Amino acid sequence: MNDNPLWSLFSLFVVLSLLSVGGANAAIPEMHRVAVDVMGWMSDSQFADMFAIAQMSPGPNVIIVALIGFHVAGLAGAGVAIAAMCGPTCVLAFAVSRTWDRFKGARWRMALQAGLVPVSLGLIGASAFVLARAADHNGYAFLITAATVAVALATRINPLWVFLAGAGLGYAGLV
Amino acid sequence: MVAAMPDSPAPSEPAASQSFRPPLAALFRAFLGVSLSGFGGALPWARRMIVERKRWMTTEEFNETFALSQFLPGPNTVNFAVVFGARFGGAAGAVLAFLGLMVPPLTIVTGLAFLYERYGDIATLSHVLAGVAAAAAGLMVTLVLKMAGPLFLKRWNSAPVVAILAFIGVAVMHYPLPYVFLVLAPVSVALAWFRV
Repeated sequence: MNDNPLWSLFSLFVVLSLLSVGGANAAIPEMHRVAVDVMGWMSDSQFADMFAIAQMSPGPNVIIVALIGFHVAGLAGAGVAIAAMCGPTCVLAFAVSRTWDRFKGARWRMALQAGLVPVSLGLIGASAFVLARAADHNGYAFLITAATVAVALATRINPLWVFLAGAGLGYAGLV
Repeated sequence: MVAAMPDSPAPSEPAASQSFRPPLAALFRAFLGVSLSGFGGALPWARRMIVERKRWMTTEEFNETFALSQFLPGPNTVNFAVVFGARFGGAAGAVLAFLGLMVPPLTIVTGLAFLYERYGDIATLSHVLAGVAAAAAGLMVTLVLKMAGPLFLKRWNSAPVVAILAFIGVAVMHYPLPYVFLVLAPVSVALAWFRV
């Protein structure tokens, strides 16, 4: 049972579904740890490629899960990965949406909301670190990352232009 | 990347209210439109469609639903679609909003995955992707810096300590996420309990 790749995908993402506080991006380090280090499904740079493809595609960021699933086990893998990642959290969201308004102003609700923010910040910070380390395999790549941070902090530029610039520098053979 | 959004068909669209329920087909079509225009995160587009175009919700209602979908675990946009769909159309509404949001991007990304598996080894393509990956990592770093600002600059509180511990546990020590979460989340919520 354990060597079935579909089962491995399912058990990874079904757990991540309920632990990714702060969105799919908070779960990137764990996906990376399991997919690259534990299971050996792909290399560091393949993982960075998939994140790049998911970011360039329209739609929610969670679709990186479908890319990982497809890489491991084709169409069935993509379907299992997405269903496992979205299933538990969708059921929870549905259940909570029916009762949440009733507890407006309750102390435990405010504590829960405030308490999870720093956890999710730390997890998304770890994502940024893992992605930068996977993508910045030479000095030029590091410069692209650093320049992107500077430009995105200083301007309100559409991210599409940043990706195009990165693609152009990559095409020129710098990365 | 910016697909046309389905424009509101009826000029007599009522203003947002608790009793108003958009038809299920309209709910599905609305999220279908959001899914493909959602480059760089779908939520700004969802806001434009729901609050400004269709007027299904007021700004306050949208902000509260948005905050809830941020707080719930899992993909934020998916949560938003489910919460929104459930509110206006029950279980059927939640399912239709989810499908509208996910089916078009999944179709596209599956096509891209197929191309990547076939042509990913070509040197030029891998160079281009490496350039984009470096830029994408930079955007993620930016997001973290913007999120950290208000939390770290506030008067002394436990939030930075929790955030840094979560970062070290996952990024430096490579502990599995479930362990880090199960240790830090209860502590952080307990600390918040005495603050709120």
